[in-house]
Amino acid sequence: MVKNKNKLSKPVIEIKEMHKWFGTFHVLKNISLGVNQGERIVICGPSGSGKSTLIRCINRLEVHQKGDIIVNDVKLTGDLKNLESIRSDVGMVFQSFNLFPHLTVLENCTLAPIWVKGLPKKEANELAMELLTRVKIPEQALKFPGQLSGGQQQRVAIARSLCMQPKIMLFDEPTSALDPEMIKEVLDTMIELAETGMTMLVVTHEMGFAKKVADSVIFMDEGEIIEQSDPKNFFNNPKNDRTKLFLSQILNH
Amino acid sequence: MSTEMYKPGSYPNLPPPPGTVGFYGWIRNNLFSSISNTLLTIVSVVLVYYLIDGIIGWFFFDAVFDADSKIECRKINDGACWAVITRRVGQFVYGFYPEAERWRIDISFLTMFIAFAPLLYPDLPKRKWLLWFSGIFPFFAFILINGGFFGLAKIEYSLFGGFMLTVILGVTGIVCSLPIGILLALGRQSKLTVVRTLSICFIEFMRGVPLITLLFVASSMLNYFMPPGTNFSILVRVIIMFTFFSAAYIAEVIRGGIQAIPKGQYEAADALGMNYWQTTRFITLPQALKISIPGIMNTFIGLYKDTTLVVVIGLLDPLGIGRAALADTKWNGLSTETYLFVALFFFVSCFAMSRYSLWLENKLNTDHK
Repeated sequence: MVKNKNKLSKPVIEIKEMHKWFGTFHVLKNISLGVNQGERIVICGPSGSGKSTLIRCINRLEVHQKGDIIVNDVKLTGDLKNLESIRSDVGMVFQSFNLFPHLTVLENCTLAPIWVKGLPKKEANELAMELLTRVKIPEQALKFPGQLSGGQQQRVAIARSLCMQPKIMLFDEPTSALDPEMIKEVLDTMIELAETGMTMLVVTHEMGFAKKVADSVIFMDEGEIIEQSDPKNFFNNPKNDRTKLFLSQILNH
Repeated sequence: MSTEMYKPGSYPNLPPPPGTVGFYGWIRNNLFSSISNTLLTIVSVVLVYYLIDGIIGWFFFDAVFDADSKIECRKINDGACWAVITRRVGQFVYGFYPEAERWRIDISFLTMFIAFAPLLYPDLPKRKWLLWFSGIFPFFAFILINGGFFGLAKIEYSLFGGFMLTVILGVTGIVCSLPIGILLALGRQSKLTVVRTLSICFIEFMRGVPLITLLFVASSMLNYFMPPGTNFSILVRVIIMFTFFSAAYIAEVIRGGIQAIPKGQYEAADALGMNYWQTTRFITLPQALKISIPGIMNTFIGLYKDTTLVVVIGLLDPLGIGRAALADTKWNGLSTETYLFVALFFFVSCFAMSRYSLWLENKLNTDHK
């Protein structure tokens, strides 16, 4: 189990009574959640439960209609300036990697630091190489994403997010699109990232990862947070019946 | 065949059976794969032989390359009478541009390749310096061809003609219509209702009207819409119409490319904090343009060939020059030679464009290198 050393009590993400609708469909219902600096939260739940939508609301890839989301003391509104400052503080890793296929691995990593943060090209390259080394693929820097395996692509995607030096990382089912033998290399990268004290919100079905890394596990169903507790309690004595059913379905096969 | 035994996991990679790959393999698979295919191959070869035999004879061996008139041609040999071209090649190339000033066209034409090289080949050495030249080339060429500056005699547009006119109309139209087409495509996808509506109206109007109508408008009506006192030359008006017309088509081709980009690309760009213009410049356009290369090139080639339509408003493009040549009693009736020559010119230009676009597509393909 990874121990969290520099946990502060100040919440970096605060969600208060937040609701979201897709058209008339109520996808997120009265979500309240606080995430502290350095905290690692795993969100699980059946498909369609709104877990991806929830973390996509945090960097406003999805717009909520009611309630408040406050990230780093900035309230998420339609204001573009706020939005840009939040997005450069919040990194995101997607299920389908979403690397830019026309750019090399290195260019994928340096594009946003150069143009969004105004980093000189040389520094951006150095930073990118450092982070590519950290995800253990510096030798692929000049290749294109299409030439890499799924696991390598996802590690590049993680490095690309880290190049913006974010304070919070969101992971939206980062291993769901991978072949089984590649899941481990991505999870290992995420575990190493957790060890650096990064604040992480991870939507995943990898319960092993949750047990090992999470400070807190959230179970969602039909747009609600059903249960939230530390991994030990969550897996050993879940309180809600739906949580029990879900755990029995994913653990007993 | 192989009776050797291998331990599990140690089976070697064997070469394929002989005759299934390489040159002989290709011939066997593609030309002689069955009895009917073999028959078809033999019949085709014989047919092609007879066709080519006759055609090459007419084109070259029995052809007359210099004579004073059609009648003289026929006295010499019974193949093609290319004299109609060789005697009038100056007109075919330069129109009625004064002979003493034709060097100005030659220089413009040759430097055009230097100007285009850095735009067409991104890996060219010293590209940055060449790009400067590309930037000033339009002014350079205008001054040189049009004259009226630096002691160069002013040449009337009505004297322009032939292949030179085709190249001026085609290249200017192509170069101007791509950026306008990109802006229209982005405008059509814009969230701003006014921009979107204007773009859609422009595109639909231009696509909904025959080009020839636009050319008539350019030749007769356009001056009514301009403030009094402005007087665009007919050439500029025609170029504007060609540009707008093909920009509308290019806009739709690029829109297709933009819509083919997965949503995840925009989400990733958003998540990295990139704004609309950054996303457009670095993510949307490079990918959309790459997807659209065949369609864009299609539109360019169409535009290039459509420049022959200016003959209806009295400009002397190669077809116009050809018709003038045929009207001459000396060359009366040599339409096959004349039109074949013009067709060959267009074919060479268009085929070059088409090969370039294939090359570019291959170069930009980053999937499996």
